[in-house]
Amino acid sequence: MASLRDVKNKIASTKKTSQITKAMQMVSSSKFRRAETNAKAYIPYMDKVQEVVAAIASGTNDSGHPMLTTRPVKKTAYLVFTADRGLAGAYNSNIIRAVSTAIAKRHASKDEYVILAVGRMGRDFFVKRGSNVIGEIVGLPDQPVFSDIKEIARKAVGMFTDGTYDELYMYYNHFVSAISNEVTEKKVLPLTDIAVKRDTSASYEFEPSAEAILEVLLPQYAESLIFGALLDGKASEHSARMNAMKSATDNAADMISGLTLVYNRARQAAITQEITEIVGGASALE
Amino acid sequence: MKTLKVNIITPYGPVYDSEVDMIIANTAAGEIGILPGHIPMVAPLVVGAVKLKKDGKTEYVALTGGFVEVRPEKVSILTQSAEVASNIDLARAKEALKRAEERIQSKQDSVDSSRAELALKRAMNRINVHEGNF
Repeated sequence: MASLRDVKNKIASTKKTSQITKAMQMVSSSKFRRAETNAKAYIPYMDKVQEVVAAIASGTNDSGHPMLTTRPVKKTAYLVFTADRGLAGAYNSNIIRAVSTAIAKRHASKDEYVILAVGRMGRDFFVKRGSNVIGEIVGLPDQPVFSDIKEIARKAVGMFTDGTYDELYMYYNHFVSAISNEVTEKKVLPLTDIAVKRDTSASYEFEPSAEAILEVLLPQYAESLIFGALLDGKASEHSARMNAMKSATDNAADMISGLTLVYNRARQAAITQEITEIVGGASALE
Repeated sequence: MKTLKVNIITPYGPVYDSEVDMIIANTAAGEIGILPGHIPMVAPLVVGAVKLKKDGKTEYVALTGGFVEVRPEKVSILTQSAEVASNIDLARAKEALKRAEERIQSKQDSVDSSRAELALKRAMNRINVHEGNF
């Protein structure tokens, strides 16, 4: 059995740890509330943009715009959204696993895909593995604004347009509720899924022309998809971290109560032993 | 008199949502006025102010590009950022104006200067909208 002092030290250190995890939980929960508000505020914008893009794309019969046409795939890009820090449960590992599985299934060699990493955890993983990381952004604030990722979004869309790669997938954690999120794979480019929604019957007049509008609108649309994923991912990140820290705090409390029991038992045993020794000593003198 | 529902939506949430009599917006092809019953239309917008006329009064909202979607009974304006005249932070806009002017004067490469010019336009637009001079 561990000595009294060992158990006491262990209780003290577990208490310290639980104070830290408790503080981190509270920080995350306040960040989470703001991130959730941001993600929710973004939904009406996204819906509207999607509606208009779908209406225009279906209104113009010759969808010859490069961003709408599927090309034979020679190279695929993966835009991976992870957090900058760990301590968020399975948040990062889930995404990294999903991406790795997809890559292992789809590609035979490292020349067939490239990685665009948002967040330190994902970047470090793919750099270490020797994948071709062609774009990265780390150290994003907790409440990102569009200009924070403008550069990488523009780059991601630009490299598709100039033919560096022929399709772009993004991987992020979709925020479902405060206690759950799921890894989501979304094909950003080419924009094939928007033409499906042809129910918008309104035929628009285009000023100056449909092509000119698509030229402006489609890159914007792709960039807003990327920004939407970032906001969604941030909300899940904070909720994941909040939950991870909450269960860490709960576990620490369990451990402390278990250790306290051990400590009390050991203390009692020591007292009993002392009494036995004194009684034994006294009776030996008689 | 018939009115027109206007929605100004940004990535950070809706900024304006109301019924108005007439909208005047700056599109890439020039200034257009939209009255109730307009045919469905989509047009890209340039940096500038959108004027919303309501009961004889005019409200101004500063926009940084984006586009407008017109339907007979409803108009949606989608933009990266929109500010109602009364909410504009004049000090911040003036600071941005100064920064942009300095950057243009220092004459760096073309990408930077075109970006600075855009920033200058946005800052001037915000100041103009705030002070209501057109």
